[in-house]
Amino acid sequence: MKQEYTITVYTENQIGLLNRIAIIFSRRKINIESLNTSPSEVESVHRFTIVINETEDVVRKLCRQIEKQVEVLKAYYNTQEEIVWQELALYKVPTDIIAAEVKVERLLREHGAKAVVIRKDYTVFEVAGHREETDNLIKVLEPYGLIEFVRSGRVAIIKSSDGFHEKLKEFEYREPGEDAIENEFLNENEKVFSM
Amino acid sequence: MQTLELKKETTTATPATTTQISGSEAVLKALLAEKVDTIFGYPGGAIMPIYDALYDYNDRLNHILVRHEQGAIHAAQGFARVSGRVGVVFATSGPGATNLVTGLADAMIDSTPVVCVTGQVFAHLLGTDAFQETDVINITTPVTKWNYQVTDANEIPAVLAKAFYIARSGRPGPVVIDITKNAQLQLFDYAGYEKCEHIRSYRPKPIVRKEYVEEAARLINNAERPFVIFGQGVILGKAEKEFKKFIEKSGIPAAWTIMGMSALPTDHPLGVGMLGMHGNYGPNLLTNECDVLIAIGMRFDDRVTGRLDKYAKQAKVIHLDIDPAEIDKNVKSTVPVWGDCKETLPLLTELIEQKVYPQWLQRFRDCQQREEDKVIKEELNPTSDVMTMGEVIRELNELTNGDAIIVTDVGQHQMVACRYAQMNGTRSNVTSGGLGTMGFALPAAIGAAYGDPSRHTVAIIGDGGFQMTLQELGTIMQFKPKVKIMILNNQFLGMVRQWQQLFHQNRYSFVNITSPDFVQVAKGFGIAGKSINQRADLKQALKEMLEHDESFLLEVMVGKENNVFPMVPQGRGVAEIVLCREEV
Repeated sequence: MKQEYTITVYTENQIGLLNRIAIIFSRRKINIESLNTSPSEVESVHRFTIVINETEDVVRKLCRQIEKQVEVLKAYYNTQEEIVWQELALYKVPTDIIAAEVKVERLLREHGAKAVVIRKDYTVFEVAGHREETDNLIKVLEPYGLIEFVRSGRVAIIKSSDGFHEKLKEFEYREPGEDAIENEFLNENEKVFSM
Repeated sequence: MQTLELKKETTTATPATTTQISGSEAVLKALLAEKVDTIFGYPGGAIMPIYDALYDYNDRLNHILVRHEQGAIHAAQGFARVSGRVGVVFATSGPGATNLVTGLADAMIDSTPVVCVTGQVFAHLLGTDAFQETDVINITTPVTKWNYQVTDANEIPAVLAKAFYIARSGRPGPVVIDITKNAQLQLFDYAGYEKCEHIRSYRPKPIVRKEYVEEAARLINNAERPFVIFGQGVILGKAEKEFKKFIEKSGIPAAWTIMGMSALPTDHPLGVGMLGMHGNYGPNLLTNECDVLIAIGMRFDDRVTGRLDKYAKQAKVIHLDIDPAEIDKNVKSTVPVWGDCKETLPLLTELIEQKVYPQWLQRFRDCQQREEDKVIKEELNPTSDVMTMGEVIRELNELTNGDAIIVTDVGQHQMVACRYAQMNGTRSNVTSGGLGTMGFALPAAIGAAYGDPSRHTVAIIGDGGFQMTLQELGTIMQFKPKVKIMILNNQFLGMVRQWQQLFHQNRYSFVNITSPDFVQVAKGFGIAGKSINQRADLKQALKEMLEHDESFLLEVMVGKENNVFPMVPQGRGVAEIVLCREEV
């Protein structure tokens, strides 16, 4: 059964890695619902938060493909219940309407909206919360002349995670590399081939 | 004046251990440090500084000038596949780099270690649609294990070290390093080359879980009809000996995928043949009768499994693979054994009981007999006057004793060659398995000849595939690697024709391909050749081809509308394998 999964990927900070991760989804024609990149709890380690709707089997395979990328340290996937998550939304509405309509101010307060900028012509409110919450406020504000709306990618904390500091030590553990092999024949280059 | 003096001071202040060299020279020093001695490449504007540096390294690095960049990468693949080393390619920016894409995709899907160095326009021109600029990194991202663009020469030693480490370690694959022209020209303080042995975010080998090895051994020890299927992982892991010990102690019949071919001598008593759409009858049929299926270093390609919901449903599956992403990707495993089979196979061998399965093995022999009667006999010793591809391979086996490197292109001849070629030693089979790249064989055979010149390299190619990359005859003409080219000419794009006949009601749509006089073409390139269409001439012609002390082209006219059987028709299960046209 398809459901919403939040994928958390710990990576090195490398140009082009976003593309490498994105094409793992697009190659399989899977839509990315939300994507966020940010620093993580570990300095120099980046963190991707990706939301998709898929079956667990597919998500597990995707995570293995993601982990296969050279610059990816680890990929985790979680259901909604296993994470604490937030999205941030901004709403721009005409100031005069809000000033005139007492109801609007009440509605905004009910939705936990906070004014970020108040100007004579417009006011920008922000709401952090789940998708339904930020969606609801759009519907509420539409009749009052919502000018602009934008929502950020999801950020999520995995409830059961102990963070990445300990895990990173495993990655920093060194194993000896492989030796290159010499080509016994090409040492006798001239005897074998001529120009 | 003042600035000049200042500069002087900073130069003298640098430690005595460093010297100033160009980025281009650093590339060549990196190759030498990685014990590279052969490069396949083609120069052009954006890689000229590297070629300029190469002028002074010509005595240490053998550069083979190909006729097309696709030829360079296929040659590097052929080189890598027979030598077990990393193949190296030079190409210029723009069209030079885009011409590599097919080979990169081929190397990616067949896990071949290749490092491609591509030139790129000056860093300040990136993104301006400059002459011969393409976004090489983004074009090659889906078909490379890793890629990186260098814009500063200081990065070159470390990036090249990383490239070689990534290409050859773990599950190998192709790497592209795109170097802007300014970085190639830039002088920098070179502090020597340090090999890369660790990348924090990269685990080439998963940690072996002993409990899974134990569980796998328990399943094997309790099995009544166990069956081993193995792929190129055994060869890539250099675990042929470990593998042989494992099957000889376990007594389990073993079948190979096309990529795993030659990891075990083809005449080994426990070897029961090839898997797949045109593999042998027994291994396909009995996949659905075994009770424990042990997959070693293979990835359950759709050409091997047929319809997945009809694949080995009765069996418990043990899957040994170095790439965790392959476990459960197509076939759900009962026991996954992550790890390099070089490490996991000996652990498993130690825990299993010495056994034989005479009755079970007899089932394979019975199937073999049935296939022999229905297909093989007529293919190898035809009763009609028309020559078959199979009899050519049989005659070739007799002359090479199975010691040659067999390089195949893609299509009917590839299937026939892989079905019937005898291979005694590992790394004898070079073919485009996963991507199915027509035009692969000729350049790959050139690379193979450099990878192991002690053996005969025989390139078996169809009349269609040969026309895709025949420009590489020029490379043979100039550098004289010994390649025995055998064109099996059926005057059709045979495999597509077979499908059109069987599944599209004989509607032959653009499979009728005409060919030039191949012998004359070869002659134009200074390569000796011969064309035969009589069985009576076959043995002598093959002898002449092999004994000729340079490259040789032999065209054999074979039956126009012969089909390759057995066959697991697309969309059917492996047990629904058919032996002849009437059964389709």
